[in-house]
Amino acid sequence: MTPILQIKGVTKRYGGLTANNDISFDVAPQEILSVIGPNGAGKSTLFKQIAGFVTPTTGEVLFKGNRISGLPPHKVARLGVVRTFQETTIFKSMTVRENVIVSHHLRSKASLLGFFLGTGPARTDEAEFAKSADDIIDFLGLQAIRNETASNLPQGHLRALGMAIGLATHPQVILLDEPFAGMNHDETMRMVALVRRLRDERGLTVLLVEHDMPAVMKISDRIVCINFGEKIAEGTPAEIQANPRVIEAYLGSEDAAIGM
Amino acid sequence: MSATRLAGVLAFLLAVFVLVPAFIAMTGRWDFYYTLTSVALLSVASAGVWLTFYIGRINIGQGAYALVGGYVSAILVTQAGFSFWATLPLAGLFCAVVAVAIGLPILRLRGVYFAMVTLVLTEVARLTALALPVTNGAKGITSIPLPGELSILGLTIIPDFGTLENPKLAFYLMAAVLMVLTYLVLWRIVNSRLGHLCRSLQQNEELSASIGVNTAMLRVLAYAISSFFGGLAGAIFVAISQSIYPSSFVVTDSVNFILYCFLGGLGYVFGPMLGTLLLYFGWDLLSIAKEYQLLIYSGAMIALMLVLPNGVLSLLDKKGAGK
Repeated sequence: MTPILQIKGVTKRYGGLTANNDISFDVAPQEILSVIGPNGAGKSTLFKQIAGFVTPTTGEVLFKGNRISGLPPHKVARLGVVRTFQETTIFKSMTVRENVIVSHHLRSKASLLGFFLGTGPARTDEAEFAKSADDIIDFLGLQAIRNETASNLPQGHLRALGMAIGLATHPQVILLDEPFAGMNHDETMRMVALVRRLRDERGLTVLLVEHDMPAVMKISDRIVCINFGEKIAEGTPAEIQANPRVIEAYLGSEDAAIGM
Repeated sequence: MSATRLAGVLAFLLAVFVLVPAFIAMTGRWDFYYTLTSVALLSVASAGVWLTFYIGRINIGQGAYALVGGYVSAILVTQAGFSFWATLPLAGLFCAVVAVAIGLPILRLRGVYFAMVTLVLTEVARLTALALPVTNGAKGITSIPLPGELSILGLTIIPDFGTLENPKLAFYLMAAVLMVLTYLVLWRIVNSRLGHLCRSLQQNEELSASIGVNTAMLRVLAYAISSFFGGLAGAIFVAISQSIYPSSFVVTDSVNFILYCFLGGLGYVFGPMLGTLLLYFGWDLLSIAKEYQLLIYSGAMIALMLVLPNGVLSLLDKKGAGK
């Protein structure tokens, strides 16, 4: 199968500091691929490079064979590669529903002037966005809190809302930055099931950066491990758990850290 | 539109266009016209500042655009023989174009950095007006004729202000119409998708970009609209005073626009209008306190910001759930 996303020799240097160096891997369509590595390994930088927030110093990122590295984030998003954030990033003073509706921006057919004047296409867009937002809210099980102001929500719901914002753009590839961080076991298991459904029911390709190893091992089709900015291993969860370089990278931390 | 809202709008229009002139005719306090005209025009400029707040930027540079708009109108009228009515949109458009050129680089800045640059803009505008030959330096441009007749296809829409018995009333009506139109546009922006996107920008620019919003373009667009309002207000001020000097709009004015927005409420479209009215009249009323005027005024401002950080209009929300 041709890869949907190709990362080719991506490198980012900040002056003398190399955040990541010559990282390459492919992502197959509808795959769930996790990027793991100790803190400061360059995982978040990699995500930023893919989503257009950071331009690689050298190397490139291809989406369906077309180069997307170097494009601004809104253009990358427009093509179908959308990032959610490490922190619970949402529009704080909007309600859940408003958050999801406003995030449909990419799919508007009317111009901003059209929206200002309230033309026919603009009204059609608004009606479609509202309907689609309700669908997404139902899909993620957020019905009960749809009119709640986002700043009042607990962690678990914020993550789900972050995902809803991502989904509203109708991405083909979604980048989830630490979707399980700060969650207890039950919340994590629910989120794992949700990420699976993104792939199974919505046909998304999912890339995630995560520290919660049991969750990563459970959810991933394949895993890429990064340490000190370099890719040290790539493979199925079983292969990664048995890889001596990965074990070495995590040495000093508890064995449970890589789920063994 | 709900019935109560419609009633509110009608009551407001009635007050502005019927009750105020009737009251002034009754009491003979013609000087109120000048005050109320100023309030209307200042609230137009404040509307622009409010819009930049709405995308999450503190704009202390509206005085610069008022000055630029004023000069554009004055120069076109006195040196190129334009009708005032033609210069009015031109002044706004010129300011919008300038705002795009200046906004592209400076709107990348956030928070206090953007605020500082805009603060400097007002001073830059003043110094530019002092230096350029076309603005006639410190002597300014004086003896600007009153707005002439505006007619379309031979039909007189607005009579020549010079022939009017009561140009004060005419200026008041003009400013009031402009204010109503400005707030109509602002209300429409805020309640359309354009406004929702501005809010998304205010709350989280990075997230806004990742859901596909061209944040740079949207910021510049909002800033250009904001400056357009500033230019309009400046042009009319100049027509009223029939003169303009480099010191016609200074940093204090820019700061005042911000205060009007704060006082009225940054979360409310009509906040700057109410804020302008309250502060402008408040300042005038306090003139009875003579040398303590500024002290009382500033003290009251500080107290209001402590008690009502979300502006006077937030009092309306307190009745409901509240925060």
